[in-house]
Amino acid sequence: MAKIVATTGNSAMAYAMKQINPDVCAAYPITPSTQVMEEFSKYVADGVVNTNLVTVESEHSAMSACIGAAAAGGRVLTATSANGMALMWEMLYIAAGMRLPIVMALVNRALSAPINIHCDHSDSFGARDTGWIQLYSENAQEAYDNLIQAVRISEHPDVRLPVMVCQDGFIISHSIERMEYLEDDEVRKFIGEYKPMYALLDIDKPVTLGSLDLQDYYIEHKRQEAEAMKLATPVIDAVARDFEKMTGRAYGLFEAYHLDDAEIGIVAVNSAAGTIKEIIDQYRRKGVKVGLLKPRLFRPFPAEAYARALGHLKAITVLDRVDSFGAMAGPLMLEVRAALYDLPKRPVTIGKIYGLGGRDLEESHCQYVIDELVQSAASGKFREVCEYITVRE
Amino acid sequence: MANLKELSKKPDGFSPGHRLCAGCGIPIIPKLLYKVTDYDIVVASATGCFEVATTIYPYTSWLKPFVHSAFENAAATISGVEAMYQSLKKQGKIPANRKLKFVAFGGDGGTYDIGLQSLSGALERGHDIVYICYDNGAYMNTGIQRSSATPYGAATTTSPAGKVIPGKMQRRKDLTNIALAHHIDYAAQTAVSHWNDLATKLQKGLDLDGPAFICVMSPCVPGWMYPSDQSIEVTRMAVETGYWPLFEMDHGVFRINYKPKQKLPVADWLKLQGRFRHLFRPENSYVIEEIQRQVDAYWEYLDHMAQAFPAPQK
Ligand SMILES: Cc1ncc(C[n+]2csc(CCOP(=O)(O)OP(=O)(O)O)c2C)c(N)n1
Ligand code: SF4
Ligand SMILES: [Mg+2]
Repeated sequence: MAKIVATTGNSAMAYAMKQINPDVCAAYPITPSTQVMEEFSKYVADGVVNTNLVTVESEHSAMSACIGAAAAGGRVLTATSANGMALMWEMLYIAAGMRLPIVMALVNRALSAPINIHCDHSDSFGARDTGWIQLYSENAQEAYDNLIQAVRISEHPDVRLPVMVCQDGFIISHSIERMEYLEDDEVRKFIGEYKPMYALLDIDKPVTLGSLDLQDYYIEHKRQEAEAMKLATPVIDAVARDFEKMTGRAYGLFEAYHLDDAEIGIVAVNSAAGTIKEIIDQYRRKGVKVGLLKPRLFRPFPAEAYARALGHLKAITVLDRVDSFGAMAGPLMLEVRAALYDLPKRPVTIGKIYGLGGRDLEESHCQYVIDELVQSAASGKFREVCEYITVRE
Repeated sequence: MANLKELSKKPDGFSPGHRLCAGCGIPIIPKLLYKVTDYDIVVASATGCFEVATTIYPYTSWLKPFVHSAFENAAATISGVEAMYQSLKKQGKIPANRKLKFVAFGGDGGTYDIGLQSLSGALERGHDIVYICYDNGAYMNTGIQRSSATPYGAATTTSPAGKVIPGKMQRRKDLTNIALAHHIDYAAQTAVSHWNDLATKLQKGLDLDGPAFICVMSPCVPGWMYPSDQSIEVTRMAVETGYWPLFEMDHGVFRINYKPKQKLPVADWLKLQGRFRHLFRPENSYVIEEIQRQVDAYWEYLDHMAQAFPAPQK
């Protein structure tokens, strides 16, 4: 039986971690994800989880200890944000390259400098090439649901890759929402027992992990990693279907909002999608056929599925809460545009950079985007490939 | 303590056929580690000669579980492994009678320098681990760059003996005493030339429930520049001249484990190695005098420590 609660994104993540009950958790405090570990520490102190909590001296050591623990052969979780994840950078690649199923609650925050504790997606989008699967969450419910599904995805024998579950710092992590918790035993049954393929602690089957891998093997191992990423897409879909059976809450590779009959569309991840849906409703009432595609996945990037869902539109604006300085547009825009390239008739694709360092995406910004889309759909033209919005020029 | 003959009969955990240089001091340590104990051991290693020369895929020298993840984090990596063991054991997912021990290896670069924070964190948290720093006095794997363990006056590729600067002009960091400042039950300094001292210290570290730290002097043929059949002699001379004292802090008791009957002048050790050759030019004689002064001062310090932390009176 589901339990209805009013809680924050961080508490929801911590509660999911409690229900997952990992064997080891290693983490280091950083705003806005700190509360996840604070609340989880309380679960440890009260003995409601079996977790051995390793309170490391840095995020680099947090990810290193997670790698050691996962290689030892058990379930491992961590949480972080922004600079914390940046300090893990080296180890993010190593976690994925060693094919270790580590799950991270990432509370998205801007990277320094200037130092800023509020939301943008510089941290996770910057980590797009690390080999981590990335699941994005609009609200606390999705963050909670994604974290539980992430365990199954990362441990799947075809995948064996780490997964980060992203939610927006403060906007979601610190806002109270209504949401539903599963029962502990439902979660436990859903994630099942973890059986590692290789474990350091299996003394009778000794393994050497983290070998020096030179020209004669490295690329084959990377090819396998790429294949695992590819295989992750159907696994993510299948896990979502199982999750829906249990909860009634449907997940897939993306969420489509009024997209089928739309002529123009917006693409955006995480909490901005909530605001955009509101404005879409306004425009729909006026007869403007606008829709939204909210990617759940950025890695792997299900290009064909996104192209199929967007291909019938005349014009699309992709919102990036991150800049790839010097690039033609933000990273999400570039990949969406690339995904559409092979279509016989391509929609006009426009990029916007918004909300860096926690700047709000307001109603007027969404209206500006949709008004421009209406014109672009009619003319087939656009002003700029990519521009900053929500900014004082 | 078993004798060498008995030890040689015990099973190996580290096999020959690795790609370490002929004469390298490193393999003595893992070889002895598996011989001196009946515990099952999981080893983690930092990047460095030790790791890259023993795990070239698809081969491995490790007959027992081994993990490497990066350069600066052997202590954090082994912390995670040990934490998982404690967790699974407490949950009954590992049989209660299965006792495992956890050992991390790092070079001087991976420990004194880039891995110091990770080591400090692991010692402070109190994991049941033995951290072994094999100290060859430079970043050898990347081509002999200076580290904070490089001896004063030594030439390396980043502290070359030049026309105005005669090699490295900073002294070695006293890492074992830094480890000791974490008030762990066991910290020791030893050398591969003294197998008995090394073996005893490895055993003490493993027998302890909690963190232990051991710094082992390990000679490097190309880095120190001496003939490859002289590794043990050169290392022994570091001990006999007092450059590398063998000592330990064992549950609050500080012991100097070996006192040379008559300390030889440090120049006797320096002159065996090409990395100090430039010091024997007349204009650099002051550097040798400074090294001697440092050695004498360090012994004075160790004597104070031994007096301050004596064995309890019987
Ligand atoms: C973060 C990082 N920085 C630098 C390196 C390059 N690197 C690899 S091994 C090494 C030197 C290792 O020195 P030491 O720890 O003394 O071990 P040794 O090579 O002497 O065995 C360096 C600088 C690296 N692998 N990772
Ligand atoms: S370079 Fe030195 S430390 Fe490295 S393998 Fe050779 S002798 Fe050993
Ligand atoms: Mg070295």
